[in-house]
Amino acid sequence: MPKTIVCRCEDVTEEDLKRAFERGFRDLESLRRFTGFGTGFCQGKSCLCHAARFLAAVKGGDDMVSDPPRTRPPLRPTPFAAFAGALPEADAGAEEKP
Amino acid sequence: MRDRADLVIVGGGVIGLSLAYHLARLGFSDVVVLEQGYLCFGASGRNGGGVRQQWSTEENVLLMKDAVRRYRRLSQECGYNIWFRQGGYLFLARDDASAATLEQNTKLQNRLGVPTRLISPAEARRIVPVLNLEGVRVCAYNPTDGVLFPFPVVWGMARIASDLGVEINTFTRVTNIDVRGRQIVKVVTDRGAIATRRVVNAAGAWSPQVARLAGVELPNKPYRHEILVSEPVKPFLDPLVSDLSNGTYFSQTMRGEICGGLSDPAEPSSMESGSSLRFLSRMSRSLMRLVPQLGSLKVLRQWAGYYDETPDGQPILGRVDAVDGFIQLNGFGGHGFMMAPAIGQLAAEWILRKAEHPIFSTCDLGRFARGEQRRETFSIG
Repeated sequence: MPKTIVCRCEDVTEEDLKRAFERGFRDLESLRRFTGFGTGFCQGKSCLCHAARFLAAVKGGDDMVSDPPRTRPPLRPTPFAAFAGALPEADAGAEEKP
Repeated sequence: MRDRADLVIVGGGVIGLSLAYHLARLGFSDVVVLEQGYLCFGASGRNGGGVRQQWSTEENVLLMKDAVRRYRRLSQECGYNIWFRQGGYLFLARDDASAATLEQNTKLQNRLGVPTRLISPAEARRIVPVLNLEGVRVCAYNPTDGVLFPFPVVWGMARIASDLGVEINTFTRVTNIDVRGRQIVKVVTDRGAIATRRVVNAAGAWSPQVARLAGVELPNKPYRHEILVSEPVKPFLDPLVSDLSNGTYFSQTMRGEICGGLSDPAEPSSMESGSSLRFLSRMSRSLMRLVPQLGSLKVLRQWAGYYDETPDGQPILGRVDAVDGFIQLNGFGGHGFMMAPAIGQLAAEWILRKAEHPIFSTCDLGRFARGEQRRETFSIG
């Protein structure tokens, strides 16, 4: 049987989403956390809309996804070294004991 | 949704669910859990998963010994793999005061049966060869501490509680707690009301808001705590490493990601949950000081959760004077996840009057009025 890949970074299929839905993960954020789609290198840029469409379809046409997972920085994976010097003034208080 | 219950738990985070799980396993399942979002919406779905027994008070060391014992068997009990990996915790002290703290804590922990050792930076480098320990005086290492993956803990406890008859309602917001005289009679939500005489406030950062619905003021304050995760790499880091000079901590997850955060003394109390460049910059610098090779590793994602802080760094547990049937299980200040399995069991036995435990009288809300605060000094991050 052919497989439908939803998330290429984390190798999540539509079958995985179906199984998760049947186990009770029925909102987009819970589906994401359970299956891992959107948590890989692209952070959901290519899979989020597929998963949202899947969810809208199984829940019925009117139940569109109103509260999608929040997009987290950075915009694309970026080396630590690029941020280490990004904000020199952020050192204020950094060496103090908490 | 049920319209009555023996006990209502406000908060479907790990504390509330651990209580529900342990109550149900003791045969008591006339319980409804109310969660405002999805499971893992609050701090239970936003923390780094650290589980340590290296504490500075006897109560906390013993509590965490018990929690580790319970986490070791939770995967089998709940049918979810919680990825609990006991790679240890390695603390780094750079100054005299921190070195003295580690020395004192190690003695206490050893007396209580936790195998912590004070080790030299050279020995620490044998455990984590990539560490740059220039400027580090001494380290404390306990090989039986560890890290876990928080989500399956929450899902697993919810699943068993639910199988045993507990009703768990997600996306359900508590709008009022009805008190007649001094007795709780009802919890009102945006999906209907539940008649009950007992309510547990396990709402984490939202606990003061929930308490206010019953006319009770809590001294807890929410603080944003930021954290990040990198792209996955081959396993190279066994322990969670924590630098006491600035509260940095980082560990490697079972997926291979580096996950960590650090303290920010300038963070004000707020319900702000956004991410900042300030954190990203400070964390990157601190991480690269400790492991210079990580400079080329890529950050995948940063996010934030709340620490539910009390004035003395200890949780608020047990009854309150003003309202009968109102039980507090909050104020864990960033340590709720690691303590949850032990606290859930103790609270379940205490609520069912199967066992007393001094923690419910020493850590109650009334301690602030009585002037009996007890400071836990070893808080990280």
